[in-house]
Amino acid sequence: MSKTTEQIERDTLLEVNDLKVSFKTDEGIIVAVDGVTFSVERGQTLGIVGESGSGKSVSVKAIMQLLPRTAIVGQESSIQWCSKNGDIIEITRLKKAGREMRRIRGGEIGMIFQEPMSSFSPVHTIGNQIMEAILQHRQVNKLEAHEIAIDMLDKVGISNPSVRVDQYSFELSGGMRQRAMIAVTLSMNPSLLIADEPTTSLDVTIQAQILELMNQLQEELGMAIIFITHNLGVIAQVADEVAVMYLGHILERGTAKEIVLQSQHPYTQSLLRAIPHLDRLGERLTAISGDIPSPLERPGGCPFHTRCEQVIAGVCDTQRPALTRISSTHTVHCFLHE
Amino acid sequence: MADILLEIKDLKVHFPIRSTNFFGGTTQYVKAVDGVSFYIEKGETLGLVGESGSGKTTIGRSILRAIEPTEGQVTFNLDGQKVDLTQLQGKDLRAFRRHMQLIFQDPYSSLNPRMTVRDIIAEPLVASKLATGKEVDRQVREAAASCKLNLEYLRRFPHAFSGGQRQRIGIARALISRPQFVVCDESVSALDVSIQAEVLNLLMDLQAEFGFTYLFIAHDLSVVAHISKRVAVMYLGQFAELAPTKQLFYTPRHPYTEALMSAIPEVNPDVEMTPVSLKGEIPSPVNPLSGCRFHTRCLYVQDKCKTEIPQWREIEDGHFVARHFADTLALKGVTSLDSSDGMN
Repeated sequence: MSKTTEQIERDTLLEVNDLKVSFKTDEGIIVAVDGVTFSVERGQTLGIVGESGSGKSVSVKAIMQLLPRTAIVGQESSIQWCSKNGDIIEITRLKKAGREMRRIRGGEIGMIFQEPMSSFSPVHTIGNQIMEAILQHRQVNKLEAHEIAIDMLDKVGISNPSVRVDQYSFELSGGMRQRAMIAVTLSMNPSLLIADEPTTSLDVTIQAQILELMNQLQEELGMAIIFITHNLGVIAQVADEVAVMYLGHILERGTAKEIVLQSQHPYTQSLLRAIPHLDRLGERLTAISGDIPSPLERPGGCPFHTRCEQVIAGVCDTQRPALTRISSTHTVHCFLHE
Repeated sequence: MADILLEIKDLKVHFPIRSTNFFGGTTQYVKAVDGVSFYIEKGETLGLVGESGSGKTTIGRSILRAIEPTEGQVTFNLDGQKVDLTQLQGKDLRAFRRHMQLIFQDPYSSLNPRMTVRDIIAEPLVASKLATGKEVDRQVREAAASCKLNLEYLRRFPHAFSGGQRQRIGIARALISRPQFVVCDESVSALDVSIQAEVLNLLMDLQAEFGFTYLFIAHDLSVVAHISKRVAVMYLGQFAELAPTKQLFYTPRHPYTEALMSAIPEVNPDVEMTPVSLKGEIPSPVNPLSGCRFHTRCLYVQDKCKTEIPQWREIEDGHFVARHFADTLALKGVTSLDSSDGMN
């Protein structure tokens, strides 16, 4: 590989800096994402793992500007997007329904969701919904769009695409619906694909098919992926880089290997110990004590200190741990490493 | 061999679907469960895995008579006395229900929002008239305590609890009548990883303490492997394979099991997943195929598979499989990963 192509591949596509998102509710203000910083490189896959309430979905919805009206994005937050024509765009400054944002949403950043059933309209055919996206973002007529739609369905491995294109979403099975969803997204040729728990509701065999498909399409089209999941097995298989989130914070970041095999944060370590492993059948699982704190009662200091076994009294519950660099790619927020 | 608690013989559950046309109606059947035979030993956990639509839930519920089985026998060995559950009616059935319980998947919709936690947990006792007055309270507190619920919260309503706590309420409700047999239908699937581990531990502790027998239905293979002594693999209304957990995972004898095993994403980026790709998806259970049901998606399909139905037989001690060429083909299980122990 020549140096120039390597240079381009390493280009940063998306840079999120100090992202804060809170929601106004009747019971008070809920801070869902509290100062999150990450970036996505061209052609790479960033995995975000976290349990419910960790703010992983809210973070990516902020990138797409798909948050509900009650959401407040922090003043200092910045989301910089490297557009297809080379411009650096500050997404937080764009109007939600403005022209520029609508061009980016779908056209440059595509998104697939967890529930393939509810993300399709039940009263339009699959083909219509793919065509709608194509007509919005590309200069083609209806006939050409129809052709592209069939082509895309074929590309994502749906057999008999010329028949399927005229079917409704309820006529497809879960795995096929997710494939069709990917077809909708890819028909606009995005440079970044955000996948929010895309395989969570699918069977393992279908999950393996979808993961393989995404992998193959990424190689073919060179797009970057943000892959959100709570499944550590899936993340280990798909991600180049992993960010571990808990209660709106990124606690640890590193390559997939560093996170799974050399994790440094007690939270990541306990998550890995809590999943059943085929090598240790029948052994007792090490559960993380306590429950995930309610969003209205977010603990001060390190967000994990209420459940951490290695908590340092007087330190972890009062101060926020700073970023510690373990290696050039591996960073962690924990007092044990400061 | 330990005592057998439940013996299921040729269980069938067919749901009628009617399609009417000009000449009247024709009735077809969705064959959700179509001839399944197995047994469950006293005090063991039998895991049940399979894709959605394979009939896992229907099996669990038809044993409990929450769904009426169409055909077959379910013999329950109640302390030496054999009862055919499919023959029980009315009062007898109602009285028998205290010996069998179900733990549901969704901790949000399976608890009545207008009942207090105490009333929810007490319901099996009250419904079966097992206790009255102070005795109910005593037993509720005992059940709640063994499920690690805070006793001060018994007068609250379910909405005040988190998912993990709600699931523990559901477990307390299931165990209060001291059932012999509990069906766990995807009972930990909706929970977060850190909470799931705790509930799995609780289920195993309760089994050790009270000797419950579980039928554990789940789609997460490593969870099933963790809790089960034996595992059955279901495909399109029938069992493909049933074996002791380790045997099933390391030396599967059915191509469908092999495909399932290969699709488990390994928590190690160095071990690349090489899923045996199955062609297409699970066929419709309305008009099941001739021959082996798996033949449309099988990698090793031969002519015989398309016409002849394979026998359900025991090929090794405790290892059952429904397959024509079980003795000739070597299949791959999960690879042992001793070096992958990266947890520090």
